Amino acid sequence: MTIPVPYYLALSAVLFTMGALGVLIRRNALVVFMSIELMLNSVNLSFVAYARQLGGLEGQVTVFFVMVIAAVEVVVGLAIIVAIFRSRDTVDIDDVDLLRG
Amino acid sequence: MLLILIIALPLAGWLLNGLVGGRLTRRAVGLIGAGGVGLSFAAALLAAQQPAVADGWRVVLWDWIAAGSFSVRLGLLLDRLSAVMVLVVTGVGFLIHVYSTGYMREDPGYSRYFAYLNLFIASMLLLVLGDTLLALFVGWELVGLCSYLLIGFWFDRERAASAGRKAFVVNRIGDAAFLLGMILLALEAGTLELDPLARTAATIAPATVTVITLLLFAGATGKSAQLPLYTWLPDAMEGPTPVSALIHAATMVTAGVYMIARLHPLFARAEMTQTVVAVVGATTAFFAATIALVQWDLKRVLAYSTISQLGYMFLAMGLLAMPAGMFHLTTHAFFKALLFLAAGSVMHAMGGVIDLRRLGGLAGPLRWTMWGFLIGALALAGVPPFAGFFSKDLILEQVFERTQGSALLLVWGLGLLTSFVTAVYITRAAIMTFAHPAAHTGHAQHGHPHEAPSLMLWPMGVLAVLSAAGGFLGSQVAGRPLLHSLEQFFALEAHAAVAPATWLVLLTPAVGLLGIAAGYLQYRGRREVALGWLGTFFERQWYLEPLYDRVIVGGSKWVGRTLADVVELRVIDGAVNGIGAVVGRAGRSMRAVQTGYVRNYAAAILAGTVLLLGYWLLLR
Repeated sequence: MTIPVPYYLALSAVLFTMGALGVLIRRNALVVFMSIELMLNSVNLSFVAYARQLGGLEGQVTVFFVMVIAAVEVVVGLAIIVAIFRSRDTVDIDDVDLLRG
Repeated sequence: MLLILIIALPLAGWLLNGLVGGRLTRRAVGLIGAGGVGLSFAAALLAAQQPAVADGWRVVLWDWIAAGSFSVRLGLLLDRLSAVMVLVVTGVGFLIHVYSTGYMREDPGYSRYFAYLNLFIASMLLLVLGDTLLALFVGWELVGLCSYLLIGFWFDRERAASAGRKAFVVNRIGDAAFLLGMILLALEAGTLELDPLARTAATIAPATVTVITLLLFAGATGKSAQLPLYTWLPDAMEGPTPVSALIHAATMVTAGVYMIARLHPLFARAEMTQTVVAVVGATTAFFAATIALVQWDLKRVLAYSTISQLGYMFLAMGLLAMPAGMFHLTTHAFFKALLFLAAGSVMHAMGGVIDLRRLGGLAGPLRWTMWGFLIGALALAGVPPFAGFFSKDLILEQVFERTQGSALLLVWGLGLLTSFVTAVYITRAAIMTFAHPAAHTGHAQHGHPHEAPSLMLWPMGVLAVLSAAGGFLGSQVAGRPLLHSLEQFFALEAHAAVAPATWLVLLTPAVGLLGIAAGYLQYRGRREVALGWLGTFFERQWYLEPLYDRVIVGGSKWVGRTLADVVELRVIDGAVNGIGAVVGRAGRSMRAVQTGYVRNYAAAILAGTVLLLGYWLLLR
């Protein structure tokens, strides 16, 4: 039996909201990072669900792109976090406000 | 070729002295400076002999400006009129260059001086020889520049520097009018070349001609120091004395007279302008003569005298007695240059003292200078047979003839009165300089006054001969060669046909002699003659100077201060500061947005996305 598409979409929305809330609320840079990954993957899920329902390949292909970009982004992002941790001894993003006007 | 050489020689002298003069010996600099002008004079003499001069000898140099249908080529034109001017400029110029080699011998700016002087001669020759009005104007501006450079030659003296500036500014006022007149003329006549201009002059509307000629004459009042733009010339005496002799007496200041003569077909058609020129000339002549009466600076006496004599020339020009005016220009160049050179010799002997109150008793030590000065003075006063008599007498005769029976006869009366005042002031100056008991305190500082070196004396000698005998260029006795030639140029009927009444001929010298006698009686043994309120009136330049000071100088300063204090501070600075303040305040209020917390930005992005999506999904 197949699970209907709206279930997938609902799961995707829940995951996305959790991700967004995590980015907005959490102070640990690593958790914020994971929340971003959560949002990306929730979008991936909805892409795949739609692709299956509509029978096209575009959604699936896009997901590959998103995954690649996410991987790249993780590399850069983790490097930045490591650099910050080395210089400031913290990964609390509220301590990093050099750009405050 | 000969024509080009006349200009090219002084120009070469300017280049040589200006570029490498500092490395040459003084002897070489003087030789280049005076030699260039001397050779130029020789070339001018040769050129003036050519038969081509009678109809105008033209040399086209190159196309200068070609803009659509309007084109100007640059060429030289030597005709009977410019020949007179060229000979005066190069001849008197040469003598003054020679004098300068003696006068400026000790000056550290020797080569600079000769470079300027040569540039002046070249510019003046361009003014005179140019065959378009535009070339005349370029020369006109260039001589103004040289005048500025030479008045302020000793630029480390505050007075000299500001006198140069004053001359420049006052001249610029006149030049602006001149330029306007020229532009209007170019628009109306379609050309600025002198030959076609003479032909098309008759086709321009009379009212336009009047406007054009009035504007051009306004330019002439600046350059030739007539009312109301005369103020720069007395101050110009801050320059070296030979410069005063050459530029501010003999040549440059006569450019206005020459310009009117050059454009006589235009001026002949503008009767109102003629009246204006004549009245301004006569008024200036009298005005300046009265001021000369109360000056204490010998050179200033001569400066006002120059203004006054230029007034005579304009009087003649205004009444279309052009040959007489040009004749007076020539004789005036001789005797006024002589007077200035003699004054320079006095300064040289007295270590720079020029105040009449401190001079005196120089008849003994400066015998030759005194004779030179006296000959010049007699010529200026119009005593026969000296040069000034012939020309001034001729002007007054012709003025009388032309104004007889009209209200304009007044200008003749003014001219005659001026003649009297002229004789008085020059007698006063001569007596105070040479006759009065030695009052100079300069003895202790400068040793005994000594006669000038021969390099300064012999140019004065030549000028003295010319001042004494130059009048015969226009005398019946010698066949009036100069006047005859000029009359042919102006296409006037030989004037000799109408013999003036005897009393008229005798009147001028009589008035002159009377003036000399009056001056002698008044100033013999006395330094000051109380003229009462009249003296003060003359001394304050008929209260014109305070008026200029208050209204024009004060007015300009007020405008400047207002612009600086109100417009600059409030309006311009206000606008700039205001823009800055607005941007600053906007920035200050916006900086709160920039928290530096990534989550705030993320929230903003999210909110924006939600809003956009909501708009797209729900409202569209």
